[in-house]
Amino acid sequence: MATLEVRNLQTSFFTKAGEVKAVDDVSFTVDRGQVLGLVGESGSGKTVTGFSIMGLVDAPGRVVGGQIQFQGEDLVGVSPKRWQKLRGNQIAMVFQDPMMTLNPVLRIDTQMIESIRAHQRVSRDQARVMARDALGQVGIPSADERLKAYPHQFSGGMRQRVSIAIALLNRPDLIVADEPTTALDVTIQGQILYEMQKLCRDTGTALIWITHDLSVIAGLADVVAVMYAGRIVEFGEIDDVLDRPSHPYTSGLIGSIPSRNQRGQRLQQIPGMTPSLLNLPAGCAFRGRCAYAQAVCAVAPEVSGGDDGRRRLRCHRPLSDGGLSQESV
Amino acid sequence: MTVFIIRRLMQAGVVVLLMSFLVFSGVFLVGDPVDILISDEADEEDRERAIAGLGLDKPFHMQYLLFLRGALRGDLGESFIFEEPALLLIVERMPATMELALFALLIAVVIGIPLGMFAGFRPESITAKTIMSGSILGFSLPSFWVGIMMMVLFAVHLGWLPSTGRGPTTEWFGIEVSFTSWKGISYLLMPAINLSLFKLALVIRLARAGTREVVHQDYIKFARAKGLSGRRIVLVHVLKNIMIPVVTVLGLEFGGLVAFSIVTETVFAWPGMGKLLIDSIGMLDRPVIVAYLMIIVFLFVIINLVVDILYSILDPRVRLGEIRS
Repeated sequence: MATLEVRNLQTSFFTKAGEVKAVDDVSFTVDRGQVLGLVGESGSGKTVTGFSIMGLVDAPGRVVGGQIQFQGEDLVGVSPKRWQKLRGNQIAMVFQDPMMTLNPVLRIDTQMIESIRAHQRVSRDQARVMARDALGQVGIPSADERLKAYPHQFSGGMRQRVSIAIALLNRPDLIVADEPTTALDVTIQGQILYEMQKLCRDTGTALIWITHDLSVIAGLADVVAVMYAGRIVEFGEIDDVLDRPSHPYTSGLIGSIPSRNQRGQRLQQIPGMTPSLLNLPAGCAFRGRCAYAQAVCAVAPEVSGGDDGRRRLRCHRPLSDGGLSQESV
Repeated sequence: MTVFIIRRLMQAGVVVLLMSFLVFSGVFLVGDPVDILISDEADEEDRERAIAGLGLDKPFHMQYLLFLRGALRGDLGESFIFEEPALLLIVERMPATMELALFALLIAVVIGIPLGMFAGFRPESITAKTIMSGSILGFSLPSFWVGIMMMVLFAVHLGWLPSTGRGPTTEWFGIEVSFTSWKGISYLLMPAINLSLFKLALVIRLARAGTREVVHQDYIKFARAKGLSGRRIVLVHVLKNIMIPVVTVLGLEFGGLVAFSIVTETVFAWPGMGKLLIDSIGMLDRPVIVAYLMIIVFLFVIINLVVDILYSILDPRVRLGEIRS
């Protein structure tokens, strides 16, 4: 059984201007020990997808449809009590900005011990030992002293390690990591990526890594889901998708990564902006920015190729070398 | 820490000295106490003798220097009216005022913070809107009028509480206090509530604004993501953060509470320092006025120091060494 199976998830925000479909018909599965990369631009719905899985979508937003099967239990509509039991215990989350995720007026030990004692019946001293071990696990030296420090006494990278340590405290089955390395410099980013990958492999924890940066997940993820305007437009194994992107948007994302082999050439960019989710155009949401768009794209594309679950696509005009339907461009 | 406190105390000394000059010259300008103190029938010789006895024959700068010399020895002069040391007169009445001010502060905090936090968590609810409208009344209704209305309602019509004065007192570490008996509390209740209304409104607003800001912070969402109970999030994660502005403002306001309890003390005939000040101003009793103002200045300086220290306890990001002036 997959650790997490999301089926046709829909999350909307009900604003004064109307319903904003931040997540629309999103489906994916993550197995034990597997790393799923969730990629997309700002506003593509990837963070809201993460919060939906955590049950942390705040008013005016809510999950309006679909299922979130976590180890066989559908989490859509479970009671707040049940959520409280799951969160931080079986499903943990790491946030984007390490400067903001730790409470500035509470010591690190307080924030770690409370997290353990919310889910396990252990004494304060036992919890402290567990907290110390968790800090050691994420590579924080002299953990005993550091426990007594306040968040502002840590650097950004160290703070992110602390929040990862907090996420690991209760040995969750699933971790949702929302761009945890975006605010960090590249060397620290590399270390954290390496450690997270190792942890998942060692403990069988499933990981959803949300990012806007394809190059970050290239070496980390097993499977990747590319999101655009609240929908997954392409899904598949990471190497497969990166080598042979089928969706013009995925191809555009890959083309806009600076790399050594393209020295001297102009970087490609995807023209235009992400459309407002308030009034999405009918048909394919990417149509306005797509070089391959034709009349058929005015009708919303269905998901294709999903039968074996290995490669899925939502496009009428997939790139010819994409390997799915061999329509010529 | 020690260096910080020593430096602050030296600065406080300068402030007190400056204030003493301002206060002394201010009171000097207000009027000549001789006209009130000495009866018209007194002949010229008696008059001269009386003026010399009070030390009023000397020029201003001499009077001020003599005052300073006394002040350094802890003698702020003798009341013209009571013929007792001014300091003693005020210190005798201080416990009553302090008791009143502390109770008012307690009411403001104990009632204000929960109401403000509630309004911050559910800003759209009817209850929150009622609380916030109520706080506008707390700000805008004049204290003396509310005091009189309370008296009319609770003392005259309902007869629940005594209207004026201070109840029976007991000695507590050498200080006369009245909150040790129910009867004492019944006398204390109305003036304390009256004095607290303004601060209560202030605390509600501060707590609400703080809560509104804190609940949207990532660390609150992260606390929820850790699976903490709502109780722990509210009572630890939110409360500790909103206490920072509340303590700062209330600390500074406490000085005001003591200094300006005058109106409440006058309305409820509470035998505190404020009432003494009003009487002394009426009689142009210079030494008492000066001594009173000096004590208030001193109080403000001390409170500021305490607030800074408290602040560093509440907010670990603040280190005392870094606070300037």
